[in-house]
Amino acid sequence: MKTIEAIAAIPMQHGLLLAAVLFVLGMIGILVRRNLVFILMSIEIMLNAAGLAFIVAGARWGQADGQVMFIFILALAAAEVSVGLALLLLLHHGFQTLDADAVNKMRG
Amino acid sequence: MLALLWLVPALPFAGFMALALGGERLGHRGVAVVGAGSVGLAALIAILIASGFILDPPPAFAFRQTAWRWMDLAGFTPEIAFYLDPLSLVMILVVTIISFLIHVYSAGFMEGDEGYARFFAYMNLFVGSMCVLVLADNLVLLYLGWEGVGLCSYLLIGFWYKDPANGQAARKAFIVTRVGDTALAIGLFLLFTHLGTLDIQPLMQRAAVIFPPGSGIAAAAAALLLGGAVGKSAQLPLQTWLPDAMAGPTPVSALIHAATMVTAGVYLIARTHVLFSLAPSVQFAVAVIGALTLLLAGCSALAQKDIKRVLAYSTISQIGYMFLALGVGAWSAAIFHLMTHAFFKALLFLSAGAVIMSLHEEHDIFRMGGLRQKLPVAFWTFLIGGASLAAVPVVTAGFYSKDLILTQSWLSTNGGPWLWAAGWVGAILTSLYIFRVIFLVFFGEARGPELSKRTGLRMSVPMLILAALSIAGGWIETPPFLGNLTLFSNFVRHALPATQFIHGDESGRTELILELLAISASLAGIFLAYLLFLRYPAFLHGLMLMPALARLRKFWHYGWDFDRLYDVLFVRPYIWLARSNQGDVIDNVYSGVARLCLAFYRGLSATQTGLVRQYAAAIAAGSAAIVFIAIFI
Amino acid sequence: MEAAFYLSGAVAIAATTMVITRASAVHALLYLIVSLLALAVVFYVLGAPFAAALEIIIYAGAIMVLFVFVVMMLNLGKAAEAREHQWLSPGMWIGPAVLAAILLAELIYILARGGATSSGAAVVESKEVGMALFGPYLLGVELASLLLLAGLIGACHLGRHQGMRLNAGEKEGSDESLRRGSWGMARGELRAHEDD
Repeated sequence: MKTIEAIAAIPMQHGLLLAAVLFVLGMIGILVRRNLVFILMSIEIMLNAAGLAFIVAGARWGQADGQVMFIFILALAAAEVSVGLALLLLLHHGFQTLDADAVNKMRG
Repeated sequence: MLALLWLVPALPFAGFMALALGGERLGHRGVAVVGAGSVGLAALIAILIASGFILDPPPAFAFRQTAWRWMDLAGFTPEIAFYLDPLSLVMILVVTIISFLIHVYSAGFMEGDEGYARFFAYMNLFVGSMCVLVLADNLVLLYLGWEGVGLCSYLLIGFWYKDPANGQAARKAFIVTRVGDTALAIGLFLLFTHLGTLDIQPLMQRAAVIFPPGSGIAAAAAALLLGGAVGKSAQLPLQTWLPDAMAGPTPVSALIHAATMVTAGVYLIARTHVLFSLAPSVQFAVAVIGALTLLLAGCSALAQKDIKRVLAYSTISQIGYMFLALGVGAWSAAIFHLMTHAFFKALLFLSAGAVIMSLHEEHDIFRMGGLRQKLPVAFWTFLIGGASLAAVPVVTAGFYSKDLILTQSWLSTNGGPWLWAAGWVGAILTSLYIFRVIFLVFFGEARGPELSKRTGLRMSVPMLILAALSIAGGWIETPPFLGNLTLFSNFVRHALPATQFIHGDESGRTELILELLAISASLAGIFLAYLLFLRYPAFLHGLMLMPALARLRKFWHYGWDFDRLYDVLFVRPYIWLARSNQGDVIDNVYSGVARLCLAFYRGLSATQTGLVRQYAAAIAAGSAAIVFIAIFI
Repeated sequence: MEAAFYLSGAVAIAATTMVITRASAVHALLYLIVSLLALAVVFYVLGAPFAAALEIIIYAGAIMVLFVFVVMMLNLGKAAEAREHQWLSPGMWIGPAVLAAILLAELIYILARGGATSSGAAVVESKEVGMALFGPYLLGVELASLLLLAGLIGACHLGRHQGMRLNAGEKEGSDESLRRGSWGMARGELRAHEDD
């Protein structure tokens, strides 16, 4: 097995900073977009960013826990996407629109 | 003999109970017998007690009889106890005898009225309460009697309740006297807090020791008691209720609003004279109130058309004389005048009632006239009563009592020329207004309706007895130049202190001059009334055409417009306040809580828009806030 | 190697920005896939090759593909794109941008306060990850499988009715579909859940 050269040390802050930026971008996406598809995509971005944060943390300590958490997040994202997209299809069928603001019947 | 004292209030109460419970079943004759009989028995017992008291006085001229202990609270143990001394003896004699005579009169006057039993029940209750008031050994029991007479006054003024105006008059009387009653109650609280007891005799002794003379606390207590007296006795500023109280039947006016209840204030001040002596400023205020009231009421009486209202204002004026006497320290003179006033004022009311009844309930004196021959009994009794009121010299009781007050108001150490002058002018006014009525009603040509009923024996006899008393009642206390009898003041001396006189009149010359001036005042008033109302009535008519004088007469007619003053000062602001508070400000606290909750609810439900992005925004903002708090706080 | 990290990071950020600003869903998805691939590189640089592989295989390869399938199925078309342009007015960005900026500032502040710590220069091989998964995180694995099962059942159920109806080829709003009760929706309506 070819060993990979020692990885150059990347400051944890930078990694976490990248995760933070991606997370915030995903959040902006949720708040701004009205199309439900894009909202779901933005959620995926946020999940990914969280996963990145975990990986960075795992790399900091050199343990497997970070990647393990990332795997769990992955499973979670898969389940969420499947159910979410099924709901999206139903919504599209029922309301003939993908506007998040159109499905506001549950208001007080 | 003295042990029968408790019967004096108890018998009228028993009569009240009998009439209240079974009056309807007794029939008019039975009701009259029970009603007048109970009071008559009480009067008889009072006379027996009086004879026993005078002939064989108890030690210190005071007799105390306890019925039972009323309350037993920590340190406060009033009893139902009666105290008999010369002052209360005079009072119960006056109250029971005159009440009996008026009861007999009412048996005839109220004949045919459907509330016959009710009337006598109330009257008996009144007599019982009044006796309790004057016999009370402690101020709490006195207050009980005080409130009882106030209640009966309300019930009897509004006796013919089907007419709402009578109810209004009754309510007015009750409310105005309530103002005084509240002052009295606060005074009782004050006295108890400072002196620890409300039994009258120990109270007086402790007050003399504990309250420094002229101190604020004595003045406060005395002023509050004065407030109560002013209310009940219809003096300034609470005199507005008495003229309207004439809405009640005439015997009621005679008994309650002439002879007995309105004198309760005078009695109270006389009873607690120690407190007033300890507060000279308040005592002076008593005299000033008396002087002002007698002038004010005298002028008002001059401008009235209703015969009963003239007598009402006259009552206010005469009680002003009593207050004047109390204020200058002439205690026995005040009680003497109380007694003679009871005689002749009750007589005046009773004969006025006879006139009214005979003329189909006509009250307006300008619609009467020439009744001298047609109603001889009424005429002579009214004349005697009026003469006594005007203090016609020598032959009337009023002469002796009123002139005693006048001279003592000059000669007493607390008196002075101004107070005497007010009383003197008042005397002229008194004879003027009463003889105005006499000349207008009984002389001249007949202007009114024809006569209906004749006065029966039941009405005439009491009137005659009272007429006799109005003449002879004063012959127990005569001035120095007329016999110098001092039977009354000697008797009362044991309860009330003697009047202090200023020096410089050992020869009695000043007294003689004052007496002559007083006599001239009353005679001048009679003569003036003769001129103005009988001889040259056109002169007055011409005079009244002047707008200023017409306005003055109207002003006096409305009792110096006190009703309107109180309406503007108190009634209107109160009504305005009540109207503004129709939504009930206090309620806003509770409804405000509800409204707040509703506002919160609406605010919160406004956030439930159903828009997912807004929810996401809220979550984002919230997390930003939490992170902020976590970092920085 | 740091250059790879920073470069891929920049690519990821740029691609993500493009994702959230596109009007066409397919374009956005493609940009998202690019972003994921860039992140995979980042993972590799950080010494997590297994995570990088999984990112590519599962995330970009399965999840995003599913997305693409669904978006294609939706058949959005030009009208949708026009609508998206209409919805993406510049004014819309202000509020979220402010909020995001605040959050980012706070996060940066926290990071800055922490002090520079370098990540360990060790590569965590898949074997280690496997040992961890079958060791201490066994329960988590089971739970994750349960979650996937739930997602599977949910997606199956939710998609079934629609699939049934579309398969039968009946018209929308016809009596058949109305009689079917719940989930039988007329065009443009969503009736209350009667019986399911």
